[in-house]
Amino acid sequence: MGSVIGTSVKRREDPDLITGKGKFTDDLALPGMLHASIVRSPHAHARIRSVDTSRAAAAAGVVAVYTGQDIADSEAGGVVPVGWLLPNLKTPAHPILAVDTVRYVGDGIAVVVAEGRYQARDAAELVAVDYEPLDAAVDAKGATAEGQPQVHEEAPGNVAFDWDLGDKTAVDAAFEGAAHVASIDLRNSRIVPFAIEPRAALASYDPEKGLTLRMTSQNPHVHRLLMSLASIDLPEHKIRVIAPEVGGGFGSKIHHYPDEAIASWCAMRIGRPVKWTATRSETNMTDAHGRDHVTHAEMALDGDGKILGFRVETYAAMGAYLSTFAPCVPTYLHGTLMSGQYDMPAIHIRVIGTFTNTAPVDAVRGAGRPEATFLIERLMDLAALETGLDPTEVRRRNFVPADAFPYQTQVALAYDSGDYETALDKALDKAGYAELRAEQQKRRDAGDSKLLGIGVCAYIEACGIAPSAVVGALGAQAGLYESAKVRVHPTGTVTVFSGSSAHGQGHLTTFAQIVSDRLGVPLENVDVVEGDTGEIPFGMGTYGSRSAAVGGSAIAKSLDKIIAKGAKIAAHLLEASESDLEFADNAWSVKGSPDKSVAWGDVCLQAYLAHNIPEGIEPGLEETTFYDPANFTYPFGTHIGVVEVDSETGEVEILRYIAVDDCGEQINPMIVEGQVHGGIAYGVGQALWEEAVYDDHGQLLTSTLLDYALPKAHQLPSFELDHTITPCPHNPLGVKGIGEAGTIASPATITNAVIDALAPYGVRHLDMPLEPEKLWRAMHSGEDA
Amino acid sequence: MGVRINLEVNGESYEREVEPRQLLVYFLREELGLTGTNVGCETSLCGACTILVDGQAIKACTQLAVQADGSSITTIEGLATNGDYHPLQQAFWDCHGLQCGFCTPGMIMAAADLLQRDSSPSETEVRQALKGNLCRCTGYHNIVRSVMTAAEGGS
Repeated sequence: MGSVIGTSVKRREDPDLITGKGKFTDDLALPGMLHASIVRSPHAHARIRSVDTSRAAAAAGVVAVYTGQDIADSEAGGVVPVGWLLPNLKTPAHPILAVDTVRYVGDGIAVVVAEGRYQARDAAELVAVDYEPLDAAVDAKGATAEGQPQVHEEAPGNVAFDWDLGDKTAVDAAFEGAAHVASIDLRNSRIVPFAIEPRAALASYDPEKGLTLRMTSQNPHVHRLLMSLASIDLPEHKIRVIAPEVGGGFGSKIHHYPDEAIASWCAMRIGRPVKWTATRSETNMTDAHGRDHVTHAEMALDGDGKILGFRVETYAAMGAYLSTFAPCVPTYLHGTLMSGQYDMPAIHIRVIGTFTNTAPVDAVRGAGRPEATFLIERLMDLAALETGLDPTEVRRRNFVPADAFPYQTQVALAYDSGDYETALDKALDKAGYAELRAEQQKRRDAGDSKLLGIGVCAYIEACGIAPSAVVGALGAQAGLYESAKVRVHPTGTVTVFSGSSAHGQGHLTTFAQIVSDRLGVPLENVDVVEGDTGEIPFGMGTYGSRSAAVGGSAIAKSLDKIIAKGAKIAAHLLEASESDLEFADNAWSVKGSPDKSVAWGDVCLQAYLAHNIPEGIEPGLEETTFYDPANFTYPFGTHIGVVEVDSETGEVEILRYIAVDDCGEQINPMIVEGQVHGGIAYGVGQALWEEAVYDDHGQLLTSTLLDYALPKAHQLPSFELDHTITPCPHNPLGVKGIGEAGTIASPATITNAVIDALAPYGVRHLDMPLEPEKLWRAMHSGEDA
Repeated sequence: MGVRINLEVNGESYEREVEPRQLLVYFLREELGLTGTNVGCETSLCGACTILVDGQAIKACTQLAVQADGSSITTIEGLATNGDYHPLQQAFWDCHGLQCGFCTPGMIMAAADLLQRDSSPSETEVRQALKGNLCRCTGYHNIVRSVMTAAEGGS
């Protein structure tokens, strides 16, 4: 209808955030509020012989000290559950405070609650724990070796699950006829999600009204449900979870952790509000990490460079306990993506999930899809080497053609729409690919010490995962629909209550644009409410690039219902047949007689006056939708990175980064571009600098910003963006999702570029992060240093 | 055992007794209620807590409140004048220079420090000046654009 969709409307979120008025969880204070500090294990694996809290309890300002035993002795469930099950999955209990064994550095043992923040932290250091240290299993694959320490008795060999997908027989046959085989052994490095806002919780309890928990959440209803089912002793309707401003999530604020449950338990036990805010080190130690795969894969190709078969074996670390959606990430978000943008006739993937004495691993921006894309796109470059084709040509020869959609892959997914070659061509054109290759050759011929590398990554993303019945059959213990209640007020203004839960994505703006566009009401007459289980219908929240496609579509569906009911009232007021009416420009009018019309506001008022509405129609104008999509959506694109590697120092400089993305229709192009920018940087961080490093004893060596290297402003270029638009055919907005695309593409883009730069040295692969020393050694391994 | 300090924050004078070990950022947040200045790392590495002390950008998470005795402080809450946004606030809004907004106050204060010293920085200079302020959402692209836009508008 209107032109509000597709417009770069400035964000309505911003005035609060640029003036310091926005309230994040730690900004909030309640009368009588106490502070909690959690005592954490310095050992990766140890038995707890005893815990002495007496000195801490006697310290200044301390109100209470509790141990895991106190929680175990209470009525509370006292555990955090896993929310995605696989066949034969081992699900050892994860107590919110450890009772007899700690299983990773950072595992909670006790909690100190005190009047002041400093007092709580001081007293936490006075809790004396007598540990019996045990050996630790640390490596995702190594943990399965004979004689390794066992993280959980019920998981022999530290295997949490052994899952596979695809047709092994067909793949084996494909390799028999192969002209070329490209193979790779790689480690997809472990990363810390690292929202700049640490996780935090402020719990307050009233015996009559229940618990109010303000927390850093990407999905308040999911947190409420899991809290009630397993962690504390309160029914769901007596818990209200509120997500105030949330300072970034990147997946880390999806999961249900012990800490927020501990704060809640303490608030209930003490009867005063309790706040817990993670320190940066706590965040690095306990936020669920991402990736951590050890993979062997082989790709079979025919003489023309056409893929015949693809086989993959991946060991995926789960960490010490199964985090909320952990089993889903390397399986259904990774294994199912193995076809990439390519028409592959045979695929088989096996994924072994392993317990390790490390922080749990779960969804982090992209969640499984960056790992899949990294593997496929590294192998496509190796396939180019094997076949002698240009990396773009081997991709082009294997693309699922634009006229082949919907396309059924060999790994369960059915791609809805796409046009991969157009995106590739646009990216090559924008980059000036031929000129770049010529420049590269010139430098190589001249023996230039500044090595030029060009990396290409053609990615696909599967997001807005659905429908619920399918994800349920795959093991999800939740539905993956989204809710939207649209309330039209008597004066015609509108409030949307959405189950999505933004933490930087700008829903207050984009969702209002959907309403304004469909109803023709001005933007300023639309408000959007999210992130409060006391106000919104049961919602699934924001992650997996799902909010526009699923949450936005739920709003669109509710608006359709509003317009349909409005039409009945309008027809009654106009004494016309409903079928003769059209809704445009914020009014209903009789087709062909535009002067015979009734304005939006008059219909809204009449809906609430109910003096003159059709028989059988209820008063009011409010509609709720639980939108369950028919399929995933499949954004895609091609990214190109141009890097310079200094052969004398191994340092990498990103000269250019070109991204052509297709997320279907764009509601707000400014916000879409912002998501791409941030997504690219997130993945570049993993490619070049970031890594969560554990030593052999399970000590986290990267628990602060001194040793965990986030991308900084001076290390990145401005990005060159363009897009194609291939609408999603199965949702009412035609949108696909863009929150993760950049992060899915950029690790492979940059790695391919760096390896390409090192080609004269015969380097075929290096694992991320591509630090200068690693590159220097790769270039100079044959020389005396 | 408190220590008495006098200081000016956003044009208002305050006299307070503080614990000697209290960090300036918690003094601002918890004593004065100025929660716009955020804490991201407590080690002066992320820059979320950047404020101006006597006109210079500092990280308030590694300075003690007692060290600020006698100084004049500007936080994000004091940047607008008579209800008009500072050019940087306006530019961050216009250029989509923020997403979750958690790093934004510190980022704007660090940029304000830069523009006081150099009213027309190059892109490279902006990126260098902001390397002590981390943002996880924007990839810095639009932050840099915001600062360049504010500089152009102000010159």
